[in-house]
Amino acid sequence: MAKWSMVIDLDKCVACQGCSIACRFENNTPAVKPDEAVAGRAIRWNDVFPYPVNAGDEATGEYPNVTTRYMTRPCMHCENPPCIKVCPVQATFKDEEGLVHQNYKRCIGCRFCTVACPYAVRYFNWREPEWEEGMENFLNPDKIESGGVSEGPAVRPKGVVEKCTFCIHRLKKARARAAAEERDFRPDEYVPACVQTCTGKARYFGDLDDPNSTVSQLASDTRAFRLLEDVGTHPKVIYLQEG
Amino acid sequence: MLRVDSTDKTKLIDPLFAPTSRKFRIGTGILLAIFAWGLFMYIRQVILGLGQTGMDRPTYWGVYMVNFIFFIGISHAGTLISAILRVTGAEWRRPITRVAEAITAFALIVGTLQIVIDMGRPERLLYAIIYGRVQSPILWDIISVTLYFLGSLTYLYLPLIPDAALLRDHCPADAPAWRHKLYSLLSLGWRGNREQWIRLEKAIAAMAIFIIPVAVSVHSIISWILATTVQPGWHSTIFGPYFVVGAIFSGIGALFIAMTGVRKSLGLENYLRPLQYRNLTALFVTMSAIWFYFTFAENLGIAAGQQIDEFPILAAKLWGEFSVSFWAMILLMAASFWILVVPGRIPDSAKRIPVFRPRYAWISASAAVVVFMVIKISSLAPAAASLAIGDINLRSILWSLMIIFLIGIGLGTGLWFKKRPVTASVVASVLVVIGMWLERWNIIVPTMTHPRLAPFSSYAPTLTEISITAGSVALFVLLFLGFFRLFPAISIWEVAEGRVIDKAQSKVAIPQPEPSDHWMTARE
Repeated sequence: MAKWSMVIDLDKCVACQGCSIACRFENNTPAVKPDEAVAGRAIRWNDVFPYPVNAGDEATGEYPNVTTRYMTRPCMHCENPPCIKVCPVQATFKDEEGLVHQNYKRCIGCRFCTVACPYAVRYFNWREPEWEEGMENFLNPDKIESGGVSEGPAVRPKGVVEKCTFCIHRLKKARARAAAEERDFRPDEYVPACVQTCTGKARYFGDLDDPNSTVSQLASDTRAFRLLEDVGTHPKVIYLQEG
Repeated sequence: MLRVDSTDKTKLIDPLFAPTSRKFRIGTGILLAIFAWGLFMYIRQVILGLGQTGMDRPTYWGVYMVNFIFFIGISHAGTLISAILRVTGAEWRRPITRVAEAITAFALIVGTLQIVIDMGRPERLLYAIIYGRVQSPILWDIISVTLYFLGSLTYLYLPLIPDAALLRDHCPADAPAWRHKLYSLLSLGWRGNREQWIRLEKAIAAMAIFIIPVAVSVHSIISWILATTVQPGWHSTIFGPYFVVGAIFSGIGALFIAMTGVRKSLGLENYLRPLQYRNLTALFVTMSAIWFYFTFAENLGIAAGQQIDEFPILAAKLWGEFSVSFWAMILLMAASFWILVVPGRIPDSAKRIPVFRPRYAWISASAAVVVFMVIKISSLAPAAASLAIGDINLRSILWSLMIIFLIGIGLGTGLWFKKRPVTASVVASVLVVIGMWLERWNIIVPTMTHPRLAPFSSYAPTLTEISITAGSVALFVLLFLGFFRLFPAISIWEVAEGRVIDKAQSKVAIPQPEPSDHWMTARE
């Protein structure tokens, strides 16, 4: 089984936020009104923000020696995810390929997972999702929906939690295509939308269990690090240090 | 027909069948109005979504969670206290057990409601049972709170059986038929024979022992909901005992308020005597001291460690945006400790010293207000605030003055409180109950607003949250009032049993201690 992982080279990242936008359209993330966004209710499965986060200003250091660094952050799809441990109803869980799922039909909206996640990658639907006039006719139709399951780009009702899924619907589609063409599925057939769109080609995606994959090779780079390594979550999003 | 003491009948049974007083009707009406308003705001929140609250990312939990912990804490008033006192055979507990146990049952109902109010999809509540994962601390909580609720209801009901039988037998003929039915149903055919008494005593004794570990588990698990996460400020081993102690502490506060309310409105001065107040105060002061110790211990580690994730949270409490709620909590707790401990130790002759006169409390209070205003104004003008006299900062002098004036208020009111021990306990209790609500706030919100990888935020409850909180408090009081319109506020049979024990003990001649040849004092 594959172990899906993403490598983000911060040297190549230009902080254009293309990944955020691609993600938004791929996954039908509702845009909230400006006043709601100011109140901290914007939903960005893939967020781009100045780093360190709470330095007070985007630039750090004293003039003229100032630097500005940005961090781009999808869900870390941790190997030891704090969110799935606290979920009372198994609305969020890790599958055998290491992807952390979120089932909108099961979620009771207790927000324990959003509280437990140290990366703040989980978002809550504070209100019924709304789209600008006409936009609701152009939603991504690739939703994962069946009996008690509603995942991926499926439109979320109010009161449930959502998060980056590594575009799990694209994986399903790629598998289905391979099956239809009666051949084996190759790991390079599947990339999330943010990886596909990345302006600086800073993002790599692949199977960490395969020692020859790009992500495996880059993971052993001396520049490789992971976010909040000290909290014991073992994230599968690996960053390459700038400079 | 079971016999009942005539005073007990006039004081405890007859008022239950008397028409309600005007005051009671007005009070209930106001509470119902507040409750209805809270209910309206909740329905509105269900329709419009939790966006109606002040919560956001990263402040995913707010006032509802604070209320939840607070009410479950209050619930420790009863069952735990009355169970501990029963198990240790404290005779003075007899008149307060009923009130204590009622608080538990109703605080648990209102506390559990807070979780439902906080849920994004309350209609999926049963998923927690259908698809429940026992690995989740929320499931631990559901299990222990359910067990505690059922245990507490049983524990409230068992001692109620003989009293229900008394009510069945002494229910006036003109009382509504449903009340006759209710009491005869609840008394389960109680006849008060020997066999029944033995069974009842056994059941109560077993329940009292069973309920203690359950009660301890309830608030430990609530603390573990926070402590099992890796969030800064919560990931602490002290949380379990800290929350249990805080729960008992606020519980005794609620008990003092409730029993004084019952005492005053029903005129039960002969049942709830100074003895009960004195002993419960001793327990209260103990809890206060342990609470201070835990609060200090919890924050000391964070202060000394200065970890980059944790320290900003403590800094926010000590001098940042949460300094008002943090220092208000400390001040309220210190004031309640003072009111409970100091006035009783001031000799009456102290009234000749001017600072012990109430007039000086007023002067100190006005001076404290003036100094506080000066501090506030000087913080608006930083240049003036940093004005130094010698090596001493002006602000330090002002704060020292403030503390001196606060002690002045404490001294001036000392003798006033000494003359009114009941008022003193109620005032201290109100301070503690507010202080414990703030304590829960100071634990939940600062950690929420200081996450690791999202911008720091601020949180203030909206009208929806305030209304629902007020409605919840109103519901709690209404349940309490409703219950004591139907059932006696004092466990009649327990008090009667206490009288029998007292009488029997007063006949026993206690032998004089033998001075020298006892094994503990004898010297080899």
